[in-house]
Amino acid sequence: MNELKSKILDLLKEDARLSASTIATMLGSTEAEVSAAIDEMEKDHVIVKYAAVVNWSKVDDEKVTALIEVECSPERGRGFESIAERIYLYPEVKSVYLMSGAYDLCVEIDGKNLKEVASFVSNKLSTIESVISTKTFFILKKYKQDGIIFEEFEDDHRLLISP
Amino acid sequence: MIRNVEQPDTSPRSPRSRMQDYLAASARAIPPSGIRRFFDLVSASKDSSIISLGVGEPDFVTPWRYRDAAVYSLEKGKTQYTSNAGMPELREAIAHYLHDRFELSYDPADEILVTVGGSEAIDLAIRALIEPGDEILIPEPTYLPYNPISSLSGGVPVGIETFAKDQFKLTADSLKAAITPRSKVLVLCYPSNPTGAIMSYEDLLPIAKLVEENDLIVIADEIYAELTYGPRHVSFATLPGMKDRTIVVSGFSKAFAMTGWRMGYACGHPELISAMLKIHQYTVMCAPIMGQVAALEALTNGMEEMARMIESYNQRRRLVVQGFRQIGLECHEPQGAFYAFPSIASTGLSSEEFASRLLLEAKVAAVPGYVFGRGGEGFIRCSYATSVTQLTEALDRIGDFLNKLR
Repeated sequence: MNELKSKILDLLKEDARLSASTIATMLGSTEAEVSAAIDEMEKDHVIVKYAAVVNWSKVDDEKVTALIEVECSPERGRGFESIAERIYLYPEVKSVYLMSGAYDLCVEIDGKNLKEVASFVSNKLSTIESVISTKTFFILKKYKQDGIIFEEFEDDHRLLISP
Repeated sequence: MIRNVEQPDTSPRSPRSRMQDYLAASARAIPPSGIRRFFDLVSASKDSSIISLGVGEPDFVTPWRYRDAAVYSLEKGKTQYTSNAGMPELREAIAHYLHDRFELSYDPADEILVTVGGSEAIDLAIRALIEPGDEILIPEPTYLPYNPISSLSGGVPVGIETFAKDQFKLTADSLKAAITPRSKVLVLCYPSNPTGAIMSYEDLLPIAKLVEENDLIVIADEIYAELTYGPRHVSFATLPGMKDRTIVVSGFSKAFAMTGWRMGYACGHPELISAMLKIHQYTVMCAPIMGQVAALEALTNGMEEMARMIESYNQRRRLVVQGFRQIGLECHEPQGAFYAFPSIASTGLSSEEFASRLLLEAKVAAVPGYVFGRGGEGFIRCSYATSVTQLTEALDRIGDFLNKLR
């Protein structure tokens, strides 16, 4: 990836609402160049979506999130791909990662309450043939997500004027 | 034979009527800082909608890695004095760092002194060098303390005006014109607070020649050395013959985002450094140990973090300079530090009037240029060490304010 693109990504990662012209000024480039680079990255699915990072705990007290360690046996020829697909197509599944180490897939799932998550695990996940075992861990509090700290602290302690 | 002994004066002294009368004349003579006056004005308004471009420090909090190193050392009970000149490991690390980054070579044993901020290093250097009547040459507009501190020692500060048309560089001609037989010290604060000016090797060569010819000593305040956005900073001590004539002053405040730790240092000829060390040991003993521990961590593991911050300043610098030009303020391109210094002369207002009205009517605080000495009138200093959102909003407000004026 060229330098311009990676710098654009660094900026958009922090603030997806920056305009192409502002980005161009900040990077000493032209608006046309920046727009073209962004278009290209959108087309290549480098930039997948411009989504807000939401602190759901402030919105919906009921919602629970769990991380599930899934141990499964890979399929001949396809490895874990089709198992992963069967899992990630469920809308309540937020993320799925193939892991090294003690288990195979790490599944992050949202539910309205414990019961809903438990029922997903027992009815949907555990019943997949190649799934050997699951371990469910509920997330109690999010401190930081995708590099963004959720705790609110006053971040500017500086004097208003200093030499 | 009875000696004629002088009798002590027993006549009653005239009572001092006001506390002022107890003050040393030199302390009384220091003019109150213009920046302080403006600070009071801004603070008094207590308006949370004010966006301040008046802040002379990074908007980054000290990276956690260095804070953690300090916390850990406190837990370990590292709470003692260090050697007067600073922890040997830190001086060692400073020597390596200066060599890697700026081609400077100093012996950590007797050529480096760790101080309480760059400010103490400036104070020590001036006190070690200046005697009553000595002239100290100070290119202006400039950071404030050189002038009053010289006066405290009985020195005579001589401001040398620099101009936007020269990108606020010190020119050999104007230096030459200011030199007299009493000239002793030249201050070079580049990259410059408040103008963002830098001096290249070619710019410095004729200055070095004059320094040599006129037997001057240079205090090179290079606190912003890392913050340049094109050509790398050239330390004055690297010019031919200048190492022994230069005291390099720097520190951790700006590039490492460590203002509150008060960690600085001075490097120079062992005889100069040892004189400064004498004053240092009687006044502050040593720089605080927790700051030294954090600074050591910054030098050991902080380069990546620093590069990230510099890139971010550079992006905002471009945004602000272009912003000022778009709303119709002339702005020379600052190539260092984190200040833009646009001209407000076109408005017909003095910098003080402009800054006060901008504060009251547009809720943006910027520092009026006149406080930085000669050549500062007609400009305002705007720090771009603030978030992109705030900068954009501030530029919008300044733009609206200008439209109202026109």
